[in-house]
Amino acid sequence: MGAISKHGPWALVGALGAAALSIVAVERGEVVNALWLVVAAVCVYLIAYRYYAKFIADKVMRLDAKRETPAVRHNDGLDYVPTNKSVLFGHHFAAIAGAGPLVGPVLAAQMGYLPGMLWILAGVVLAGAVQDFMVLFISMRRDGRSLGELIRSELGTIPGIIALFGTFLIMVILLAVLALIVVKALAESPWGTFTVMMTIPIAMLMGIYTRYIRPGKIGEVSVIGFLLLMAAIVGGGSVAAHPVWGPAFTFTGTQLCWLLIGYGFVASILPVWLLLAPRDYLSTFLKIGTIVGLALGIAVVAPQMQMPAMTKFVDGTGPVWSGQLFPFLFITIACGSVSGFHALISSGTTPKLIANEMDARFIGYGGMLMESFVAIMALVSACVIDPGVYFTMNSPAALVGTTPETAAAAVTKLGFAITPETITQTAQDVGEHTIISRAGGAPTLAVGMAHIISSAIGGKAMMAFWYHFAILFEALFILTAVDAGTRACRFMVQDLIGLAVPAFKETASWGPSIVATAIAVGAWGYFLYQGVTDPLGGINTLWPLFGISNQMLAAVALTLCTVVIFKMKRERYAFVTIIPTIWLCICTLTAGWQKIFSADPRIGFLAHADRYATALAEGKVLAPAKNADQMAQIIFNDRIDAVLAAMFIGLVLAIGAFGILSCLKALRASGWTALESDPRAVPAE
Amino acid sequence: MQRSPNLMERWKTLSKCVCDGAKLMVGQGDYAAYAEHVRRTHPDRQPMSELEFFRNRENARFGVGNTSGFRCC
Repeated sequence: MGAISKHGPWALVGALGAAALSIVAVERGEVVNALWLVVAAVCVYLIAYRYYAKFIADKVMRLDAKRETPAVRHNDGLDYVPTNKSVLFGHHFAAIAGAGPLVGPVLAAQMGYLPGMLWILAGVVLAGAVQDFMVLFISMRRDGRSLGELIRSELGTIPGIIALFGTFLIMVILLAVLALIVVKALAESPWGTFTVMMTIPIAMLMGIYTRYIRPGKIGEVSVIGFLLLMAAIVGGGSVAAHPVWGPAFTFTGTQLCWLLIGYGFVASILPVWLLLAPRDYLSTFLKIGTIVGLALGIAVVAPQMQMPAMTKFVDGTGPVWSGQLFPFLFITIACGSVSGFHALISSGTTPKLIANEMDARFIGYGGMLMESFVAIMALVSACVIDPGVYFTMNSPAALVGTTPETAAAAVTKLGFAITPETITQTAQDVGEHTIISRAGGAPTLAVGMAHIISSAIGGKAMMAFWYHFAILFEALFILTAVDAGTRACRFMVQDLIGLAVPAFKETASWGPSIVATAIAVGAWGYFLYQGVTDPLGGINTLWPLFGISNQMLAAVALTLCTVVIFKMKRERYAFVTIIPTIWLCICTLTAGWQKIFSADPRIGFLAHADRYATALAEGKVLAPAKNADQMAQIIFNDRIDAVLAAMFIGLVLAIGAFGILSCLKALRASGWTALESDPRAVPAE
Repeated sequence: MQRSPNLMERWKTLSKCVCDGAKLMVGQGDYAAYAEHVRRTHPDRQPMSELEFFRNRENARFGVGNTSGFRCC
């Protein structure tokens, strides 16, 4: 009786999930409804949360409801505050969810929805959510210390420094790739550019409002800001159609690149209340609102999947990004499956706010499941649009040309029939001049979201509005990330240089601040410029580098978790973190190796550099370079990228080696060697 | 009609939860809880005013040397 009432409902959930998965996975020549993907995903999440996360909580961590958390022990009403579980879940989810889970699955859709979906589900259950949960647990048992400090104390000083340096590199690549997504979405789009630019004065207005007019009133200022944003979207349509203003807001990719670099520099030295904080309100609330709206939209509209379950591009010949399913699918979808960045969040503010240890499962594991669900929705959005449109939007101009006729011919030749009229019509529907070669994920996602939401609200007439709404929503939180990330990089630079020149650490003085900001902006700006001028579209180069670096950080975080499990003398459960660590190491090392040494110039940086170097030696100029100088620049960029990939490989190997040494040492020790703060029971009230 | 106070209470709890959640998402903690905490544990100290608290939290999220406002990918 007990077992049936306890496990019976879960068996039903499992059966439903299995049925949904088989409907999705078994090709029967029929179109699959997107809801089956959603049902399959939700069932997998529920089962994983009920059984696997509980197993981890009970056996591996042995969470203790009676043990004091940092929030209780150090309660100061500010940084350490025991917080309601649901409230904290929202905080944690808002902090981990960004552009990553929206972009990766869209790019991965070139192989069909099935490979991406399976990796999102397997990855989150066995790797991503485990990592978030474990790091949260480790930090929570150590007064909420950060990942860098945790690695230093549990693995040693050198691994700590290596990990910090790696984090800086990842941050630079992340900012470059995020900025590139914005550039790709806004290039030649006066409507999009106008609305995104308007967010700057709107945010400043909000900043002045919360500072001087009605201080601290976040709710009302957000409503005002939201209404102004909607007005900016509507106004953007008129601006784009205007004979003078339309062209005035039309920029090329290179121009936008310079604008963004200038913006990043200025925005990150302005006072936070003026621009960053108010735009953070808008982007956070809009993000949550849009995610909820998209979920409702998919549930109500129940769209059909247009993309095949699996395309022929699993062999690595796809136009969106190069490389075979293994290892490149597993680094293309990082966030949504497993994201090393979450280790920074799980060891940031969240562990300082947990009221009771038992809440960690819901917040750590549950929060990541929620992010994974966002990734599934992004995948659905990319796969419910016409595959012909998908490939038209995501193929580089070098392949599909720039006119509807050349694009339709090229994409049809790829095996996805589309007419020039469809391309022109789709562009018109979403209020753009062109949809050809708008790589980067954001425009595709926007078309998909506009397709879904306009089916529920507004019909075709509203499609252009929803498209630009989706672009704005992504650009908004990407710009917030660029701004906040540049600041974070600047402090890191000041810390690093401060090791040699102590005066440089003075964050309040202008000189060092400006120099450090310039270094930070210069670093990501370099990769951004390189991406914008890349012959293969930029995303092809930068996204794999970003994926490799992000998965590499995850491998580092999971290594830390493994070491801690060994130090707690629970090594028989260490498979929980060892399996994902090994898998991520295999993926990042193989991908990194191929990115450097592959003989295919579409994949290997060095092969690409060689192709240009050979041409240069023969006095030839290859597109998009226009002269020998640009040729030399492309060769130099390729070599920098190769060095970067090599550094990431070195980093994984080094941390892996330190991790194995620490595990062996812990194994030889006679007892517990982990460094938790002393257990103290919650004081009786 | 007897249930209405109960429903009112529930609605209040729910809306407080949503409001607190939204505020914490942008780094603004619960001021009432802070003030209560200071009064209880440090009766000799004057808690910050609500506005001071707001600015303190804003700086803690994005301010100099702090990276906790940095978002994930």
